Amino acid sequence: MDLISNLATGFGVAFTLQNLAYAFVGCLLGTLIGVLPGIGPVATIAMLLPATYALPPVSALIMLAGIYYGAQYGGSTTAILVNLPGESSSVVTVIDGYQMARRGRAGPALAAAGLGSFFAGCVGTIILAAFAPPLTELAFKFGPAEYFSLMVLGLIGAVVLASGSLLKAITMILLGLALGLVGTDVNSGVARYSFDIPELTDGIGFIAIAMGVFGYGEIIGNLSTPEESREVFTSKIKGLWPTKDDFKRMTPAVLRGTALGSALGILPGGGALLASFASYTMEKRSRLKPGEVPFGQGNIRGVAGPESANNAGAQTSFIPLLTLGIPPNPVMALMVGAMTIHNIQPGPQVMTANPELFWGLIASMWIGNLMLIVLNLPMIGIWIKLLSIPYKWLFPAIVLFCAIGVYSENNNTFDVWMVAIFGVVGYVFLKLKCEPAPLLLGFILGPMMEENLRRALLLSRGDWSVLVTRPISLGLIIAAALLLVIVLLPSVKAKREEAFVEE
Amino acid sequence: MRIKSQRDFFAGVLFSAFGVAFAWGATTYTVGSGARMGPGYFPLIVGVLIAIMGAAITLKALVVETADGEPVGRIAWRPLFFIIGANLLFGVLLGGLPGIGLPPMGLIVAIYALTFVAGLAGDRFSFKASAVLATLLAIGSYVAFVLALKLQFPVWPTFIA
Repeated sequence: MDLISNLATGFGVAFTLQNLAYAFVGCLLGTLIGVLPGIGPVATIAMLLPATYALPPVSALIMLAGIYYGAQYGGSTTAILVNLPGESSSVVTVIDGYQMARRGRAGPALAAAGLGSFFAGCVGTIILAAFAPPLTELAFKFGPAEYFSLMVLGLIGAVVLASGSLLKAITMILLGLALGLVGTDVNSGVARYSFDIPELTDGIGFIAIAMGVFGYGEIIGNLSTPEESREVFTSKIKGLWPTKDDFKRMTPAVLRGTALGSALGILPGGGALLASFASYTMEKRSRLKPGEVPFGQGNIRGVAGPESANNAGAQTSFIPLLTLGIPPNPVMALMVGAMTIHNIQPGPQVMTANPELFWGLIASMWIGNLMLIVLNLPMIGIWIKLLSIPYKWLFPAIVLFCAIGVYSENNNTFDVWMVAIFGVVGYVFLKLKCEPAPLLLGFILGPMMEENLRRALLLSRGDWSVLVTRPISLGLIIAAALLLVIVLLPSVKAKREEAFVEE
Repeated sequence: MRIKSQRDFFAGVLFSAFGVAFAWGATTYTVGSGARMGPGYFPLIVGVLIAIMGAAITLKALVVETADGEPVGRIAWRPLFFIIGANLLFGVLLGGLPGIGLPPMGLIVAIYALTFVAGLAGDRFSFKASAVLATLLAIGSYVAFVLALKLQFPVWPTFIA
C-alpha cells in the first residue's frame, strides 16, 4: 500500500523530538495569539512568520502548520466567547456559539468545536494523503485556461453561499479583484493605481484590508448600538463537558460537516469558508428534534457542524496548494510565502522532489490536531475567563492589536494609514449590507486570475474560446454556471435567503 | 422616482462610481489586445464589470419594492471618528511625522494615546479606567510583542532612547 508507506515516511519525519517540539510550540503560540480578539489566523501567521526563518524547511512548515491550526482553534474560541469572528470561516460559528455562551454553555460549545475539529482533522489528513498523488497527476494536465476557470468556479462558489444579495456579493468579488490589481504589474513593471505612493507599488496589504474591514468596521458597528441592545455576557457557566444529549445531536452534524468540508475544501476560493457556510445551511434546513434549541439561539449543531466543516476544509485546502501550487485562501497564500522563503516552489513537483517534506507536513497536521485537543480542552477554563471582560475594556485592546498587527507586517506606518481607510470602508459596507468576505477572496485571487488569463490568451492568440474548447476548462466553467443557475432558481433562492435570516 | 431600497441605491451608486473611475484609470495604461494583454487590459474589464453591476444594483433599488425601504440609518459618527482617530494617532506617535517635525514617540506613548482616544468612542468614558487599561496593555504588549516575539518597534521616544 502506497498510502501506508507514504504516511509511514511522513510520521518518521514528524515524530522526531525536534519536529514534535516545533509542532507543539506552533500550536501553543497559535492558540495564544489566535485567541486574542481581532487577530485571526492570517494575522497570527503573518506575525509569527519571522520566527520560523532560522529553522530547517520541514520544521518551519511543521511549526507554521501548527500555528495555523492553533490560530484557527483560538479564532473559534474568540468567536464563541466574544462574538467576534477572528476569521471569515468562523462567521457562522458566532451565530449559535455566542448564543450558547450567553446561555452559560460556553464549555460545551468550545468542546463541540474542539472535538468536531479533531475528528474532521483526522479525516481530512487521510483524504489529503490519499488524494494528493492522483490530483498531482491531474495538475500536470492543467494549463492557464484551466487555472483561470478553476478560480472562476471558486469565486462563484464563494458567492453562492455568502449571505445577502447575490448581485452585491458578485460586485464585492469584482471589487476585491480590482483592489488586488493595485501595485506593480509583474509583466510590464508598470505601477498601477499607485498614485505615486512608493508603498502602493507593492500592492495593498492583505492584513490592512482584513483588519480594517473586519476589525474596525465591526467595532464601530458594535459601538453604535446602544449599551442595552448590545450583547451582554451571562457570567454563569454550568459544566464544561457536553451532555449526552449534546453528543447525540452533534455527532451527525460533525459527520455531515466533515464530509462537506473535505469535499469543498479542495475548491480554490476559500474552501473552509464555503464549507462552514454550507454546513450551517445544511444543519439549519434539517428538521429540529423535539426539545432542541432553534438555530440562532444556541443550537450545538450550529457550532459542531460548521467547525468540523471548516477544519476538514482547512485540511483539504492544502491539496490545491500542494498539488496545483495555487493558494485557495489567504492563509495558504502566506504558506506560499513561507515556502518560497525556504526555497521551495509550491506545485506538483513538491511531492516528487521533496517527499519527506510533503509527507512530513501531512503527518504533522494530524499531530497538530491531536496536540490542540490535548492542549485546549483542559485550558477551556482560562478561555472562559475572557468572558468576564466587558466590551468597554475589550474594544480599545482590539483596536490596539489591529494597529500593532498591521504595523508589524512591514514595520511601516503606511499600513496603519491603510487600515484606517479600510476601517471607514468596512463601516460603509456594514451600513450598506455588503458582505465583505467575497471581497477578500477576490483580492487574493485577482493577480493570479489576471496572470493565468494573460497566459491562456497568449497561447490561444487572443481567442477567448480557449476557455470553453479545452475539456477540463469547459467542465469547470459549466460547473460555475450551473451553480449560478441553481441559486437563481426561485425555490433555492427563497431557501438561501431563509438560511441567512438573522435572528 | 422613489428609491425603494436606500441601502442598495447608495451601494449601487458607489460601486458604479468606483467602477467607472477604475476603468478610466485602466485606460491610462497600455490596454493592448487579448493576445498581448497590456497592464490596462484586465483592470479595464474588471472596472467595466463593476460599473455594470453597480448600475444593475441601483436600478433594482429603484424598481423592486422592499418592506421598509431599507434605510441606511443613522451614521455612528462618534465611534467612527474616535476609533479611526485612535488608530491614526497611534501611527503618528509610533512612527513620527517628519512633515510636521514630530519625532517617533515610540510604542508606549502610542499605546496610551490609542487607549484614551478609543475609550472616547464608547458611551461612558472614564479617565481612571482608560489609564488602568492603557497601563495593562502597555506592559502586556511590551512583554508579548517586544520581549517574546521580538518584533521591531521603536519602544521609547527617540530623544530618550
